[in-house]
Amino acid sequence: MSEKPKFAMYWAASCGGCEISVLNIGEKILDVDAHFEPVFWPVAVDSKYKDVEAMEDGSILLTLWNGGIRNQENEHIAHLLRRKSKILVAFGSCATEGCVPGLANLYPVEEIFSTAYHTVSTDNPQGIHPQPVVQVPEGTLTIPAMNPVLKTLAQVVDVDYFMPGCPPEPHQIAAVIDLVIAVLEGKAQLPPKGAVIGAGNSTVCDECPRARNVKHITAFKRIQDVAPLDPTLCILEQGVPCNGPATRSGCNARCPRVGAQCIGCYGPAEGVLDYGARLITAFASVVDAKEPEEIEAILDGIPDPVGQFYRFNLADSLLRAGVPAWKKNGH
Amino acid sequence: MTDSFEPVIVGFTCNWCSYRAADAAGTARMKYAPNVRLIRLMCSGRLDPTFVMKALASGADGVLITGCHPGDCHYIDQNYKALRRFLLLRRTLKGLGVEPERIKLVWASAAEGLKLTNEINAFVEEIRALGPLHWPKWDSNGHTAEKQPILEVTA
Repeated sequence: MSEKPKFAMYWAASCGGCEISVLNIGEKILDVDAHFEPVFWPVAVDSKYKDVEAMEDGSILLTLWNGGIRNQENEHIAHLLRRKSKILVAFGSCATEGCVPGLANLYPVEEIFSTAYHTVSTDNPQGIHPQPVVQVPEGTLTIPAMNPVLKTLAQVVDVDYFMPGCPPEPHQIAAVIDLVIAVLEGKAQLPPKGAVIGAGNSTVCDECPRARNVKHITAFKRIQDVAPLDPTLCILEQGVPCNGPATRSGCNARCPRVGAQCIGCYGPAEGVLDYGARLITAFASVVDAKEPEEIEAILDGIPDPVGQFYRFNLADSLLRAGVPAWKKNGH
Repeated sequence: MTDSFEPVIVGFTCNWCSYRAADAAGTARMKYAPNVRLIRLMCSGRLDPTFVMKALASGADGVLITGCHPGDCHYIDQNYKALRRFLLLRRTLKGLGVEPERIKLVWASAAEGLKLTNEINAFVEEIRALGPLHWPKWDSNGHTAEKQPILEVTA
């Protein structure tokens, strides 16, 4: 029937924004339809896990995977889609570096459940608390168990390409789709395995039009407390923690252009091993103080260093998780 | 904590002061605890916090950062950068649940072999008192060697 190559897209621990971003490519989605047959795409196509299991190994040409690996179901499907796919792309920040769901790696699973089900903001009069295995009169019910920490896709299976962004920018998605179509038509070659696609090789600062001078920071401030923000001057220079210096380019400095600081959603710049460590280097270098007390007072302006430095990258950082997530009650 | 715990400490030294202090300690036959593995950098300003993260993730229980005294830097003021990075790194590690005392900053001039020796010995005992960090080696499933999958979650 169809000679078109097969396409799949899956979501694991994510918010769904990556799927929206795919739709935001506009009429380019028609090119996807013209060149691919979507065989598995829970948000758009009604196919089941068993349909994927029935496919031949390697029969899906391209799988875009968004979301981190939080539970056993995510992990099972990651292995399944790896087997069935020729090209597996970690699509978006969650899949490449854990993103905001990865911040749960600061807490033990028990605490995550208790916050979600048993705190004052939750209406749970029956005290429901999900169990992976439950005995009911009709038999045994199971739901996927949580893993101790959230993992990135590459921490679980072999990944061919990485596409950063929370979510990836539509123009970058369109460019990648054009590239894959050109490859199918024999007009282009795929980049080397393991490459970061749909992004630049520099930093957000490089794409930012704001003027940069030597920085002398004497106070870090929240952006709403700097009024008015100079629209032409580097945001970090104005004392607002901007993550541009460590963040990969590709978004065209979208946030700084409209007066908001970069929060780092495109992940670590080329060659950066630990995103947070690179930002610590950058911020500490521009603090204009030499006495420890003076420095500490300035650093008080960054009240949540982990949130500032690892908002998107904790699960893919060198340490991957906070101590409470893996160590209980001492040793 | 067991009596047999021997802290693993990675120490970063600067070529111009603290490395020479360690050298001087050796020449003068001063002894310091063998728990510290010294790595020479050209300057404490070369210390990328990545090195510290990597040391802790790879099994170090503590990290010692050393450099020239303030005002004495061979590269004018890079040791001040090291100081600021150290202070910010300490706050970040605290947020990750790591005792901030596991990283320490010591200034030692090339003549201060004795000071460096004393600081190293004191730091080893401080880390011994804190106990092992033993950052997990994550297996492919994201589980630690000590921990099995959480199959049951109780309130």
